[in-house]
Amino acid sequence: MSGLITMDDLTNEEIIAILDDAERLLPVAKGELYLPLLQGRILGNLFFEPSTRTRMSFETAMKRLGGDVVNLGDVKTSSVVKGETLFDTIQMVDGYTDIIAMRHPRQGAAQYAQDSARVPILNGGDGAGHHPTQTMLDLFTIRQAHGRLDGLKVVLAGDLRYGRTVHSLSHALTRFDCELVFASPDLLRMPRDIVSDLEAHGAKITETEDLYSMMKDADVIYMTRIQKERFSDEDEYAKVAGAYKLHANDLNDVKANMIIMHPLPRVDEIHPSVDATRHARYFEQAFNGVVARMALLCKLLGVSVPKNVEKEGSAF
Amino acid sequence: MSNEHSMRRVTAIRNGTVIDHIPQGHAMTVLEMLGINDKTSVPVSLVMNVPSKKMGSKDIIKVEDRELTQGELDRLALVAPDAHVAIIRAYTVAEKMTINLGAEVVNVVRCTMSNCITSNPREPLPHRLKVMSRDPLQLRCHYCGRTQNLVELVKNVI
Repeated sequence: MSGLITMDDLTNEEIIAILDDAERLLPVAKGELYLPLLQGRILGNLFFEPSTRTRMSFETAMKRLGGDVVNLGDVKTSSVVKGETLFDTIQMVDGYTDIIAMRHPRQGAAQYAQDSARVPILNGGDGAGHHPTQTMLDLFTIRQAHGRLDGLKVVLAGDLRYGRTVHSLSHALTRFDCELVFASPDLLRMPRDIVSDLEAHGAKITETEDLYSMMKDADVIYMTRIQKERFSDEDEYAKVAGAYKLHANDLNDVKANMIIMHPLPRVDEIHPSVDATRHARYFEQAFNGVVARMALLCKLLGVSVPKNVEKEGSAF
Repeated sequence: MSNEHSMRRVTAIRNGTVIDHIPQGHAMTVLEMLGINDKTSVPVSLVMNVPSKKMGSKDIIKVEDRELTQGELDRLALVAPDAHVAIIRAYTVAEKMTINLGAEVVNVVRCTMSNCITSNPREPLPHRLKVMSRDPLQLRCHYCGRTQNLVELVKNVI
């Protein structure tokens, strides 16, 4: 494979194999073992849009595996502000690095970059399009909690229109026969072409505005932030801001092993009272970004993760 | 009025190209896609809303002294996939050509999504749309993945 642009670039078997690799790499991600599988390799971090978790976890993943990272830095001080095309930027970074992680405000930018580059591109988000590395860490978190991916009931709530994490995740969960519930204000419903596409692939989907009635038999509740920056009209944003506010008191009747996830940052859709419950998984989920991205970096750079990491690695 | 007289709304051309069976109302778009405009010096005849047994109504274009290439014709696949094309030499049909809609349409139309990376005119890679369905015609942008139909795409002909 060349890069990871959408989840369609991975088969279900490849997804499982990468999650297995990620699981073995956990002690390396936690800094308990040193295993320089990517020594001498350089990752180019190209973030044309703000990012905290994705950029930092890519950087951490590369460094934990002994590799190095070069950053585009602030877009405002790079050649982009001088009008450089994405094609030209990629030509330059392609020569400096062995692999590129990229986030861009325009949809299709990751595929465009892959078509312009010789090195693999990892799509870290393209507009409201795809965010497959987030999906991999989401799947890792779900499997970690439930021991499987197949046949779960997953409620996706909040901004389903512009939220690229839920677009990529829905596609992946459909491939594992999960039942999907889309809970959102009418204005922020999952785009029709995505719903049609999912249904064509056999998805079982329920759409509702009422999140709370759908929580009782859910295995996963995946909350998302209503993204102010995606609205051009302030009044439209005001209509839907704060549509869902999950509080610990709302969790009395849910399944004991149900987990609450969130790609973060959150605003007010998950009240801090939820943090102390056994359902909260969003901070572990954020940590899992490191281990999932370690496994993906190895995969795309053609480096095998040893079966016995404990034996191959060395203690600090 | 004889049958022949009623059928021949435009005189026969000596040399050139006749594009028949264009869906009604699409002749102007076809001209646009072929780059035929007020700068064009050769005679061009355009007939619209002609009764057709097969199509109900159709449009016809005759371009004199110019033989369209297969590449030019394939650009028409989006708007007139079933058009009949004849190359005329010395008043007779010298060659019949068909329009081919391949698996992908390259540099014929731009993706209609305003936030697609290809909306920056300075980006140099080709505009690529994959043919997902022929009837109804649906194409998907190779880059952003947006599925779009003919009504949307016709406005974005390159």
